[in-house]
Amino acid sequence: MSEQNSTHTKATQDFLAEAEEIVEQLGSELADLSDMAESGELNPDVLNSIFRGAHSLKGLAGMFNFRGVAELAHNMENLLDWLRLGKLNITQHLMAVLFDAYELLNTLVRVLTSGDETSMAKEIAACVTKINACLAPPEQQGSVSPLETLGLPAHVLNALTEYEEYRLKDNLAKGRNIFNIHASFSLITFDTELSAITEILKGCGEVISTLPSVGINIETNIDFELLFGSKCSLDELEAAVGRDSFMVTQFSSNSVRDEPVVSPKHVPADVVNAHVDAGGVSTVSPSVTPQSPGDSPLLPSPPLSDDAVLTAKSMSRTVRVDIGKLDELMNIVGELVLANSTIAGVTTKMRNEGFSHLAIELAKAAKGLERKLSDLQKGVMEIRMIPIGQLYEKMSRIVRKISREQGKRVELKFFGADTELDKLIVEDISDPMMHIIRNAIDHGIESRDVRTAQGKNEKGTIRISSYQKGNHVVIEIEDDGSGIDVEKVKQKALHKGLVSDIGTVSDREAIEFIFLPGFSTNETVSEVSGRGVGMDVVKNNISAVSGMVDVETRKGEGSRFIITLPITLAIIKALIIRCSGRTYALPITSVLETLLMTGRDIMTVERKEFVQLRESTLPLLRLEHYFDICRSDEPPKEFYVVVVGVAEKRLGIAVDDLIGQQDIVIKPLGESFKRFRGVSGAADLGDQRTILVLDIGGIINETMRSGS
Amino acid sequence: MICTKTILIVDDSASMRAMLRAIVDALGDYLIVEATSGFEALRLLPRDHVDLILTDINMPDINGLELISYLRANPNYKDIPVFIISTEGSAKDIEKGKQLGADEYVVKPFEPAALQQLINSYLKK
Repeated sequence: MSEQNSTHTKATQDFLAEAEEIVEQLGSELADLSDMAESGELNPDVLNSIFRGAHSLKGLAGMFNFRGVAELAHNMENLLDWLRLGKLNITQHLMAVLFDAYELLNTLVRVLTSGDETSMAKEIAACVTKINACLAPPEQQGSVSPLETLGLPAHVLNALTEYEEYRLKDNLAKGRNIFNIHASFSLITFDTELSAITEILKGCGEVISTLPSVGINIETNIDFELLFGSKCSLDELEAAVGRDSFMVTQFSSNSVRDEPVVSPKHVPADVVNAHVDAGGVSTVSPSVTPQSPGDSPLLPSPPLSDDAVLTAKSMSRTVRVDIGKLDELMNIVGELVLANSTIAGVTTKMRNEGFSHLAIELAKAAKGLERKLSDLQKGVMEIRMIPIGQLYEKMSRIVRKISREQGKRVELKFFGADTELDKLIVEDISDPMMHIIRNAIDHGIESRDVRTAQGKNEKGTIRISSYQKGNHVVIEIEDDGSGIDVEKVKQKALHKGLVSDIGTVSDREAIEFIFLPGFSTNETVSEVSGRGVGMDVVKNNISAVSGMVDVETRKGEGSRFIITLPITLAIIKALIIRCSGRTYALPITSVLETLLMTGRDIMTVERKEFVQLRESTLPLLRLEHYFDICRSDEPPKEFYVVVVGVAEKRLGIAVDDLIGQQDIVIKPLGESFKRFRGVSGAADLGDQRTILVLDIGGIINETMRSGS
Repeated sequence: MICTKTILIVDDSASMRAMLRAIVDALGDYLIVEATSGFEALRLLPRDHVDLILTDINMPDINGLELISYLRANPNYKDIPVFIISTEGSAKDIEKGKQLGADEYVVKPFEPAALQQLINSYLKK
């Protein structure tokens, strides 16, 4: 029983993962559909694919007893069915209803992951009502189906689904020629060959149905009949697919009593027989010379790579893995790395104590192990990496939705979709990014009239680009809207008592105010971005993954938000330092350089310490002051300054000693220590010592703020 | 039993395949082969001996109805029992499925026990 239960839970998890995928695809295809509806060129394949998505979801949700999802998907499917069968035309209103239904599905699937869907019953009912309101009673079709006069073979006609029938009628209504293309392929390679011909055909018309049929040699070959609608003539089509490769028959509704036009020259009599009688038992006459496999005269036999044959068995080349398992794996790898450094430590000790021969051997082995471990670590890390492009799709949906609601026209441009980031970071960064984009549409991009009046393009643009910069990934979100009104921000800061004299506040500093809790400059509160909730949350969320956010703005020209993120959080290289008897780790990704200094190098300006770094002065932070540690020993005469930087900000941290570099796995400190400033977690050094890992982004921010 | 019978599951949805597998597995007597599409089924058929097929209708490359019409036309496969497992459950759909040669038409959602009983009734003659 318990086993049954656990398989069920696993099955439900699988369902949820699949449902999420289906919904995601639904979203991006709806976006495509919306684009097509705007341009007036509707691709029936896209519509059908959306329909299939809703259909699968309905079936699955029904099986797994998620009634809400099933009901919503069912109604969506109905609406989509009407659309694909031509009973309804796509309108803007209809697209909006579909998008809403999609958004609700998306929410539902997420709700299911953590709880149950009954709380959403009201929303579902409302959405279903909206969908049903779109369904007008169908018009009566003409009594004589044009298909019956077409003269298609019965077995082809019978196997058509309602949708395919409609596509056939639609092609006829558009005055296209209807062809039946008969092809025979080897059983081993039929799918690649079939997709090759289908691709060619799609270039000049629509493949209405693909019916596998029984040919002359059932042991080695499989035949297909492709029902194809096209403006091409029989001659043109034959030229396109290769004149001698396929048997093409043309049907037309005008030639009711006529025999279908068959291209006569290349059709062996027995093929026609097999073709006509394909519905019954094989009618191959014994006189036909059997074809050797892969040597079909109907076959164009394009060169086939070995790969195509080898991969014939598995259709999908990806596995879905719970991120928790990867975390666990990462932890183990981290501990292995530590264990290995312990071995290296022992080796050094052995050498010092005179076991030099053994020590050298052990050192060699440890080195080998280290190399393999680093490969392993890299491998596990790569598994966790996903391209940021996965977020882009979500973004484009949000933009469509909000711009529709606000009556603004916004174009989204993406760059660097293949920049890779840790899956967890991508997940955590998604909300803040969404919020920045929402803000950009809501407050940044002006209404159409205003834009036109200012001589700007009526359509606003938001550019999202991401790229790798050293050990960080930078994401920039840039709009061409009105920019942040710095004067307004300053006034507000004054009003709120954040500054006493706005004359002393630079524009750059003023912009930082927008990241403070409860700070909002817009008088009118919109449904989208709300009142002042947001930018502080955005900043906190980004800091939580050791990232930083900067903003640049120009009045009337737009704003640019720059998010700088570490590539991964799972395992990092750290600089281990000592300060007043304590050991800390600094993520190496934020360390720029280290300098050896003495007390004379320090300058004091207004009770704040600075050091000269080449051409510029660098604020200095003494770690013992920051953490309020009482020094028991004398500070060393010579000490190190670790120059750290995140994004454009730089800070020098004075420490007593540098111990070395080491790979560490950062472990969270837990809820009770969550409010500890300046610390992002703890790490095990491998010799049973646990040390704190400094949160450089947080320290820099805090120091800069108190400094200004 | 030495001669174990094989059931081919054809469905493009991974979780649906997993569910069907769990239902068949619970019977304990059968081997299972899975195909993620109509094409994959066509490729598996000549290789693996199959005693019963459970197929979805709505699939991307060729649909379940097209698959069945092929199976029925091919002397090698014409006697294999085929169950359609589909969300489409109108009288017209069921009639069409049976007319093309499906032996049973199971409408989703269904009771696992009912499907198990049906499978046994075909394979334990």
